[in-house]
Parts: sequence; C-alpha cells; structure tokens
Amino acid sequence: MTSETLVEINDLNFSYDKRAILKGINMTMPRGKVIAIMGGSGCGKTTLLRLIGGSVAPSSGYVKVAGQVVHELSRDELFQMRRKMSMLFQFGALFTDLSVFDNVAFQMREHTNLPEAVIRDLVLMKLHAVGLRGAHKLMPAELSGGMARRVALARSIALDPLLIMYDEPFTGLDPISLSVIGNLIRRLTDALGMTSIVVTHDVQESLKIVDYVYFISEGVIAAHGTPAEVRDSVAPFVHQFVHGEEDGPVPFHYPANSYASDLRLGGRFA
Amino acid sequence: MLMLLKSGISLRRFHLIIREIYFTGVLSLIIIVVSGLFVGMVLGLQGYETLQKYGSESAVGTLVALSLVRELGPVVAALLFASRAGSAITAEIGLMKATEQLAAMEMMAVDPIARVVAPRFWAGVISMPFLAAMFSAVGIFGGYLVTVVLIGVDEGSFWSQMQNAVDFRYDIVNGVIKTCVFGVAVTAIAVFEGYDAPPTAEGVSGATTRTVVTSSLAILGLDFVLTAFMFRGMS
Repeated sequence: MTSETLVEINDLNFSYDKRAILKGINMTMPRGKVIAIMGGSGCGKTTLLRLIGGSVAPSSGYVKVAGQVVHELSRDELFQMRRKMSMLFQFGALFTDLSVFDNVAFQMREHTNLPEAVIRDLVLMKLHAVGLRGAHKLMPAELSGGMARRVALARSIALDPLLIMYDEPFTGLDPISLSVIGNLIRRLTDALGMTSIVVTHDVQESLKIVDYVYFISEGVIAAHGTPAEVRDSVAPFVHQFVHGEEDGPVPFHYPANSYASDLRLGGRFA
Repeated sequence: MLMLLKSGISLRRFHLIIREIYFTGVLSLIIIVVSGLFVGMVLGLQGYETLQKYGSESAVGTLVALSLVRELGPVVAALLFASRAGSAITAEIGLMKATEQLAAMEMMAVDPIARVVAPRFWAGVISMPFLAAMFSAVGIFGGYLVTVVLIGVDEGSFWSQMQNAVDFRYDIVNGVIKTCVFGVAVTAIAVFEGYDAPPTAEGVSGATTRTVVTSSLAILGLDFVLTAFMFRGMS
C-alpha cells in the first residue's frame, strides 16, 4: 500500500445466510480521487460500502482505511475512524425533525465544542458550497429530492472528512439536479482533497466525473479502468452495461425451463 | 439494559430529554385532562346512584378519590399514554430506521441509542407520573362537579370524607409507584418496538400496533401484580 492510498481492500469475501455476496474483491483507492463502483442491482455494491464503513464485518479478507483494518477496530475506535469518513445515503437520510441548518450543524455540535457563532458561520459556508445557503431555515419536508441530496452532501462534508461514500447519489433526480450533484461531487473532492467512492447505476453521468471505475458482477470485479478505457472496452459485460443493452452476459430472462415446456406444448415448437 | 448503560450522554445533555418531555408529556395533556374529567364525572354519577340507596351519598367523594388514586388514575392514564405517546415513539423511531436516519447517525459516529432512544425512554418515564397525577386530580374535580355542583351533595362531606379516607402512604405513594412502573414498561416497549421494527411501511405499522397491544396487556397484568402486593390484607 502506498502512502497515497486511503482505502485498500484485500481478498474481501462476504456472505449473507451462506450466500456469497462478494468474492475475492481487491481494490485500491488513492487519496483525492473519485472512484465509481458500478454493477447491476443486488450485485453487492452497497454491501461493499457497508464493509468500508464498518457496519458489517467480512467473512474473510479485510478493508483498510487510512492504514487501519476496519473490522478489527473496537466500537470506540470505529467511531473515532468514522469521524474521518462520511456517507451520503440514497435519499439523503436527513433528520426530519431538524431544519436544514441543524442537520448540517449536527456533527459539529456532537463532536466539537465550537461556539454557536463559529458553527453558524461554518454551516453557512458548507451550505453555500452546495448552493443552498438561502434554504438554511427550511425543514427537510420542504425540499425537493435534489435539494435534499445537496443538503445531505453539505452535512457529509461538515467535518471535512478524508473519505465520502455515496450510495446511489443520482437516483430519482431530474437532469439538472443530476448534473449539479455530479459536479458538486467532483468539485468538493478536488477542493477538500478527499476521496469519494460513488456507488451508482448512472453510467453516463458518473463517467464524466470519476477517475476510476470498478464493475462488480455476481460478487466479483468483472472489469476496471479509467473512464476512457471503460468507454472503449470490448469486454461483453462492460459493453452491455455502458451501452445499456437489453441482453448479453446479464440475460434479459431470469433462468427458467424452456418456454415451450412451460406452455405445455409437448416439445412441438421447441 | 443497553439503554440504561447508554443514558449517560442524554442525561448529561438534559435538553434532549426536555424536548421529548414536551412531545410525549405536554402534548398528551389534552387527552389526559379530557379523559380524566369524564372518568371522574362518570364515577361521581355511578357512585352517587349506588351509595344513595344506602344513605351514604356523602361518601361519594371517598369513592371517586380512592378509585382514581389507586387504580383508574394510573391504569387509564397509562393506557392513554401507550395509545397516544407510545405509538408515536414507536412510529417515529421505526420511520427514522426505515428512512436510514439511524444508519446515517451511526455513520456520523453518533450512537442512535444514546441520541434517539434513551432521551425518549427517560422522557416517558418522567412524564408518566405527572400525567397520572393530572388525570386523578382532574377526575376528582369531575366527580365534584357532578355530585356537588349538579346533584347537590354536601360539599363539606364530600371533601372531609375524602380527606379522612385517602392515606398518603398507602394510596397516593402506591399509586405513584404504579405509574412509575407503567411508565418504564410502556416506554421500554415503545422504544424497543421502534428500534426493532423492520424498515418497511408494514414493519412500522406492525410495530406500532404491537406497542399499543403489548403495553396495554403489560399495564393490566402489572396492575394486578402490584395491587396484590400493595393492598393485600389492608382494610
């Protein structure tokens, strides 16, 4: 592992109810980069984020964040480490009983002894970075999906983390909000020098902003490379995924008996 | 148990508990006061109806007060508290779980049990005795309204017989102990069901229903056990 590597995943295996979700995953994520993890629904992308965040422990292998093996940390050590990382949930997961301002101030109040006047300025700066300084008095219920995602982004950078994980940040957004969120991820990563891990289905938007892409299929890394390499890839899975083709290595039909036998045609048309 | 161990943070920051006392206690006052008034009025009417047959209508104050302080105050107030505040606590925590707010809190290195669950638990435990006391007080006033003001029972007899019959140690303190036990039972069930709810709409609705049903049964069962220990053999 080089000193520039923030997250190192080595021979990672994870099973749930004896079903293997991730098999032998190896990844290296340098500081200051945006890394995308792509793959079909249920392929284990979100599980990988949960493993990095220490919410679940691997069956074997390890995840190292800033040199620490995550699953070997005690709860107190894990909470110390989580102060250096952040996660943007799929629909923001804003605290619905707190205003936009209080949501962004939440971690500052929980983890620091900063005076309220300083917290106020910091919160307004974070909200300004996502373009929502004027919305600081609103409640989460008053925000659109895109605005909620931006507030969650401001909340996730509240303590200037080393690592931010984004779980499907583009889901359900209109094209303008989608572009805004994509650009914010890139700009904030560059400005704060942190590492961003983006789990997403949105190939076109994410290829515009990321530095490196990993494709996961059936629990293993099916392909990886820079956005340019991915676009030009002739590997069947990558080609199907990037171009959104209906059939290919990921079949359109769920495995089944032959169509003729299911329709009881006695093999006449099989 | 885990909740008690992790209560330190919320007890150090008492404003979290004060905020929850407002939502669970203060906002339950209306239903408690209105119900207490009607229960006291009904007790007054029924008590007078029965006692007058024996020429003891002046003892109606005693009947109303003892019924409320020993049993109806703690039990009915706890049942109402379970329906109004217990269900709200379960639904709120369950929805926070379903919308990943608790997971987000964990990822921010903030323990949801210390930050969300413990303040609601202690707020419920603190609120319950005050709500039950309010229920009994308003109930006695309701009984007074019906029997003294409307029916015309002698006011002096109403209050003096009540004063003579109600014992602070055996009646009031035992009633308060009951409300504390009910408060612990109801809020523990409510926060557990919310925290344990499957993160789906059906999961939260099922957990809310279980809170009301389990709490109600626990209140009635505990009431029998406590009454058996507290008032056994007393004249």
